[in-house]
Amino acid sequence: MIRKTSLGVAVALSLATSTVALAETITIATVNNGDMIRMQGYTDQFTKQTGINVEWVTLEENVLRQRVTTDITTKGGAFDIMTIGMYETPIWGANGWLVPLHKNVNFNTNNLSEAYDVDDILPAMRGGLSHKGTLYAAPFYGESSMIMYRTDLMQKAGLSMPEAPTWDFIAKAAAAMTDRSKDINGICLRGKAGWGEGGAFITAMSNSFGARWFDMDWNAQFDTKPWANTLNFFKTMMDASGPKGYATNGFNENLSLFQQGKCGMWIDATVAASFVTNPKDSTVADKVGFALAPDTGLGKRSNWLWAWALAIPAGTQKEKAALQFIEWATSKDYIELVAAKEGWANVPPGARTSLYENENYKKVPFAQMTLDSILSADPNNSTVEPSPYVGIQFAAIPEFAGIATQVSQEFAAAYAGQQSVEEALSKAQDITNEAMEAAGYR
Amino acid sequence: MARAVSFNRKTFNTVLAWSIGLLIFFPILWTILTSFKTEGQAIADPPLFLMFDWTLENYAIVQERSDYLRFLTNSVIIAGGSTLLGIFVAVPAAWSMAFVPSKRTKDILLWMLSTKMLPAVGVLYPIYLIFIELGLLDTKIGLVVVLMLINLPIIVWMLYTYFKEIPSEILEAARMDGASLRSEILYVLTPMAIPGIASTILLNFILAWNEAFWTLNLTAAQAAPLTAFIASYSSPEGLFYAKLSAASTMAIAPILILGWFSQKQLVRGLTFGAVK
Repeated sequence: MIRKTSLGVAVALSLATSTVALAETITIATVNNGDMIRMQGYTDQFTKQTGINVEWVTLEENVLRQRVTTDITTKGGAFDIMTIGMYETPIWGANGWLVPLHKNVNFNTNNLSEAYDVDDILPAMRGGLSHKGTLYAAPFYGESSMIMYRTDLMQKAGLSMPEAPTWDFIAKAAAAMTDRSKDINGICLRGKAGWGEGGAFITAMSNSFGARWFDMDWNAQFDTKPWANTLNFFKTMMDASGPKGYATNGFNENLSLFQQGKCGMWIDATVAASFVTNPKDSTVADKVGFALAPDTGLGKRSNWLWAWALAIPAGTQKEKAALQFIEWATSKDYIELVAAKEGWANVPPGARTSLYENENYKKVPFAQMTLDSILSADPNNSTVEPSPYVGIQFAAIPEFAGIATQVSQEFAAAYAGQQSVEEALSKAQDITNEAMEAAGYR
Repeated sequence: MARAVSFNRKTFNTVLAWSIGLLIFFPILWTILTSFKTEGQAIADPPLFLMFDWTLENYAIVQERSDYLRFLTNSVIIAGGSTLLGIFVAVPAAWSMAFVPSKRTKDILLWMLSTKMLPAVGVLYPIYLIFIELGLLDTKIGLVVVLMLINLPIIVWMLYTYFKEIPSEILEAARMDGASLRSEILYVLTPMAIPGIASTILLNFILAWNEAFWTLNLTAAQAAPLTAFIASYSSPEGLFYAKLSAASTMAIAPILILGWFSQKQLVRGLTFGAVK
């Protein structure tokens, strides 16, 4: 009897041990936004399919960036998957910090599978997340920027928004839509300091004015006419038709203003379209139209390109499980899953071509404009004059984040009236040239 | 007449104290109120103070999305552990500085405090690398040690100040009665300095509870405390103020309750020796 009991206990223990051994757990660092949070809710489905458990570390974007950068540069190994963007991916890929996901002959075993259909990823996204043709991160969702405008106010102003307007039209429409007595601002744009806030907007805008950050010898270009035109146009238009204190407004502040009906136009991330058309939070949900970001006729529009993507840090012990998760989370099946449960308007946009061929998705009001905006953005050829860097609202070099943060602070001081546009540009020129010299580019 | 002036002054002081108190408490009150609003109401202009449809939806969402109890347990262990360990190290240090000072005691005290002026990010990489080597990354014990070290200068300084108020003759008398060093510190010094030690513990517990740089940078999924819980609800692209407020309220509630019940000890400790 004792022998039988002992045997039973031994079998039970060994079974329990083997179950524990099989149940692999991966840790994912991610950003806090609607699509990512939604994905966390469906993680159980992935665990059910694969037996792999997932632990999430969700952080605010800037905290996440610092956290994963510290970990990857020190080979800390705290995460098996990191959520990173288009800025980090090519730099980290070039440094050998990320596991290649596709097109690497030395890495055959764990490449993304054929069923995953890597060719379905939108070319702009694939290009921005690759280094020398090798994909280092799989896009979970992608975005560009576009104009969101109040159809009722536009009509009241006696104007009609073209599908691809110019900046002159936007300034004219902003002035016509502004009604200070009703607290309506013709246009709301980001002015807040920070390379990912006002810095991103003004850089993308400057492309359409023919400006660039660097010439082919990495000399700063803030002393050129296109930059002066960009900043003067922005400030003049915002002073006349923008909200009070626009120098401190970022995405959230403008979203709040637009949702409360206090903006005639807002040019920002395409992902905002689902927020401003959601009747639960937006008072103007049924009065929103969309158009391409403006240009000045020089051949470049002022829209940007961004993707939040999943990458595997080199050196993780759970590479295979991590790849399995990435395949699941960025697959066509995942999109179908979300569409079935929450509707097509809530699927992660901007990553796959097939999504935009789907008849159901075509019915979503902002789908086509989002695709058109993404397709019109080319990170490899973002400026009118040739430039030595990749990226539209940023230059994909490690030094950019630090430099652009300082430059955007100078610009924000000019918007706030603390210094002139000329002074801000002169300081930006010095800051950038000094930093580039110190980094050995010049 | 004298009584009238005294009454007026008392009234003025009371009103002033309440006004300052309410002003300081207002951001916390606003956070609590926002946590009961919808996201739309949270950004309403003009802001809604009390007249809105109160909802518990945000708390339900936060509870569903995050394992609050795990974050809370980690916070209690990390803040409590680092404070107790700090007291254990700081009591003998403060004793020696207060009662057996050397020529360099004041310099050492100042040097200790000066370490607080160093920006934490300046030592992030060395500490991160040490943590990787020692296998302390994302562990509670690692954070207990780091937070203890971060707060140690303040603990030593506070205890030193309290100990200085205790007449050294009392300790000498204990020594003459044959008390060992251990007995002197444990049975003579500590009971007399209880209010000071209690307020030091409370203050350092609060400091460790609120510490957000190391707790965010040295943790991942296992040891993350409530600071990471709050950080997971902040977003530069999306209005989640009501949910963020709910998460913040849940994170500060334990420390608010603790502060409320121990305010007597806290005030007594902070004013210890002031009326001598």
